[in-house]
Amino acid sequence: MHWYILRRLLLMLPTLLGVAVIVFLLMRVIPGDIVEMRFAEGRFFNRELVEKERARFGLDRPLWVQCGDWVWGLVRLDFGLSMWSGAPIRQEIAIRLQLSLQLAIMATMVAVLLAIPLGTLAALRQDTWIDYVIRIFSIAGLATPSFWLGILMFLCFLIVFQWIPPMVFTPFWRDPWQNLSQMIWPALAVGYRYSAVAARMMRSAMLEVLREDYIRTARAKGLWQSLIVKRHALKNAMLPVLTVIGLEFAFLIGGLVVTEQVFNLNGLGLLFVQSVARRDYTLVQALVLLVALVYIVVNFCVDLLYVWLDPRIRYQ
Amino acid sequence: MHMLRHWRYQGFAVVLGLALLLLMTNAPSPQAQAQPRAGGELVFAVPSEPPSYDGHREETFGLIHPVAPFYSLLLRVDPVDSNKIVGDLAESWTVSDDGLMYTFKIRNGVKFHDGSPLTARDVKASYDKIIFPPEGVASTRKGQYEAVEAIEAPEAQTVRFRLKWPAASMLSGLASPWNFIYKADTLAKDMHWYENNIMGSGPFIFVEHIRGSHMVGKRNPDYWERGKPYLDGYRALFISDTGARVAALRGERVHIEFRGLAPKQRDDLVKALGSKITVQESPWDCILLVAINHERKPFDDTRVRRALTLALDRHEGSRVLSQIAIVKEVAGVQVPGTPFATLPEELAKLAGYGRDAEASRGEARRLLKEAGAAGLTFTFKNRGIPMPYEPLGIWLIDQWRKVGLTVNQEVIEAAAYYQVLRSGEFDVAMDFQCGYIVDPDLDLYKFQSSDKNPSNYGRYVDRTLDELYEKQSRATNPEERKQFIRQFEKRLLDDEAHYLMTLQWHRIIPHSAKVKGWMITPSHYLNQQLDTVWLSE
Repeated sequence: MHWYILRRLLLMLPTLLGVAVIVFLLMRVIPGDIVEMRFAEGRFFNRELVEKERARFGLDRPLWVQCGDWVWGLVRLDFGLSMWSGAPIRQEIAIRLQLSLQLAIMATMVAVLLAIPLGTLAALRQDTWIDYVIRIFSIAGLATPSFWLGILMFLCFLIVFQWIPPMVFTPFWRDPWQNLSQMIWPALAVGYRYSAVAARMMRSAMLEVLREDYIRTARAKGLWQSLIVKRHALKNAMLPVLTVIGLEFAFLIGGLVVTEQVFNLNGLGLLFVQSVARRDYTLVQALVLLVALVYIVVNFCVDLLYVWLDPRIRYQ
Repeated sequence: MHMLRHWRYQGFAVVLGLALLLLMTNAPSPQAQAQPRAGGELVFAVPSEPPSYDGHREETFGLIHPVAPFYSLLLRVDPVDSNKIVGDLAESWTVSDDGLMYTFKIRNGVKFHDGSPLTARDVKASYDKIIFPPEGVASTRKGQYEAVEAIEAPEAQTVRFRLKWPAASMLSGLASPWNFIYKADTLAKDMHWYENNIMGSGPFIFVEHIRGSHMVGKRNPDYWERGKPYLDGYRALFISDTGARVAALRGERVHIEFRGLAPKQRDDLVKALGSKITVQESPWDCILLVAINHERKPFDDTRVRRALTLALDRHEGSRVLSQIAIVKEVAGVQVPGTPFATLPEELAKLAGYGRDAEASRGEARRLLKEAGAAGLTFTFKNRGIPMPYEPLGIWLIDQWRKVGLTVNQEVIEAAAYYQVLRSGEFDVAMDFQCGYIVDPDLDLYKFQSSDKNPSNYGRYVDRTLDELYEKQSRATNPEERKQFIRQFEKRLLDDEAHYLMTLQWHRIIPHSAKVKGWMITPSHYLNQQLDTVWLSE
């Protein structure tokens, strides 16, 4: 097991390196660059200015030199400066990571708290009215984009209560009430869709597990239904659900662009889109790398959790 | 008898009218009536965000709105009359008889936010950086000051600009909202310092900037104009989504957004908030242009270009589009209502500006036929920004269709757009220009020959136009200048139809009725120092 963990950790390095090189090249392939984006609308835009600014960003150097510099920076954990703001990339990301992480955790909590009991209940009461209600709830969640739900929430607050959530992020430890009054709504909007995905998965996994021989044996032994579900079915049914939760969590770190726009959240998703639109190469490269890292780490953690949930699983 | 009674009534009406007129002219304006109230924090939304903090380098209003209140300028556009230039740091100024020397007397007692005195040396250092940037320093608007030969600071409170030739736009150039006055000592140590730091002498002092979120300023107690600013401070919230900005206004999370909203958003806000909202509107010194690539056939033919402009019914377009988009005024090369703008009756004489659209279209069809371009098919490249590019693009295509042209639209992502324009990979394309101060030099600069200005995406060379540009630029007599501008306009838009103007943008600012002392201007870069702004509650 220890070797497995070490091997997985070591494998992360070439994966990240591959991601770094691919994203570096992709950013250079798409038309337009940051100098155009930043200065082309100006009255006195000219070649001299373009050359000066391109040289300043290091864009006049050969591609392999730029790529080498970027990778060497990564090795030293130096992501460089944002081409757009000139601020250190670590600082740009740190400001937003806190919010994105909190939103991802809160949305995951909402999803888990809803999905596991509802999915289990739907499976236990298969084809009853309870199952139908839960299925309608989860299918509606799948069909409703979270940003649309967010817009509805916003409109509802505005029209009914003449109130909207705060528009500036306040860290939880500074003012929990202010923080929650801003973050709870996007967490609910995102968490609902997330819970729908997980609840559907939970229901089908639970149905499958409940038909297993060992569950039949447990029933034949006369074990209580609640004990069968808690001790034998739930843990086994959790395996695919855990995968979904892990993947969704990683997605939430950088993928909530529209929801962040609707609630004016200063998160990584919005930063991602803005930096692509501005052709802020260095920032996009760092963000892609960060999201790739989150996916790799989350997958790794999910794999380890499998062992805890199902002791039969042994990694070599 | 009947006639006598009629005269009596008429006389009474005239007297009453005169009395009312007298009352109205003597009545103080609402602005003057209200006594400014000190205190409070102004909260405003900014759709964009400053890349760096250096006004000499950047191009976005996302810098001006949150950062301008930290700085002073040498001159500024009058906050209550945008056609007038007044002193900011300059207490007074004189111009030599030959128009080659501008001498400014700098106010005494002005201090930077670090407590050090601001002198002519700081003004000189700032303008040297703008006009004569050293190696490695970008100054995006130095082209505006080609006439300046040297800047001198002979005394602590005197700064002089020596010119190579008389420049009619010199004063408006020095009132540019971008030309923040920096500290000479700081610039001497590091020319790039102001890109990452803020330290000015303006009405507000920088407090914090959380990237992507907000910027905060607090009142400068040592501001040179005693009693100002009225506000305790301000908070600029960066809100990129239009829907979120409108919601913020409607939910009273922000008092104002200084760039402008669309007519529908204005109407929604007025309907929802009633008397709690005030709306200010103005023609806007921004316009979408149609660049016609002169290097491609048949667009090298003046008749084809003239047909393209004759096909447009701008007056009907104004009526219809102003209901859904941020465009309205039918205009020439200057914003309507500004000193050098063409009067409507004169403008109507230009091709495509007349009231009889059918006659114009008949002429367009004739010209196309004569040029062998009847039923021409081409691709119109538009920029991937919804407002107002999308509605204007659709309108243009529809107008051209009416003279038998078949036009396909290709929408290009905003970041890649200028590369397409500059490379000339287009037949006809949407182009744009937006002024930070209403001034003929700035507004006409783009249309000079492409070898003089690479931002001329029509890719033509027209020495007559260049000559007219130079003449208007050096004409110090306003009437004479106006004549040159008219000739320039006629050649550009009618005789040669090098470029097509669509409709002038229309700036709509719905804001909380609590916000007082701020007056809309034709440019969203102007009047942003906020020293005159106050909150009624």
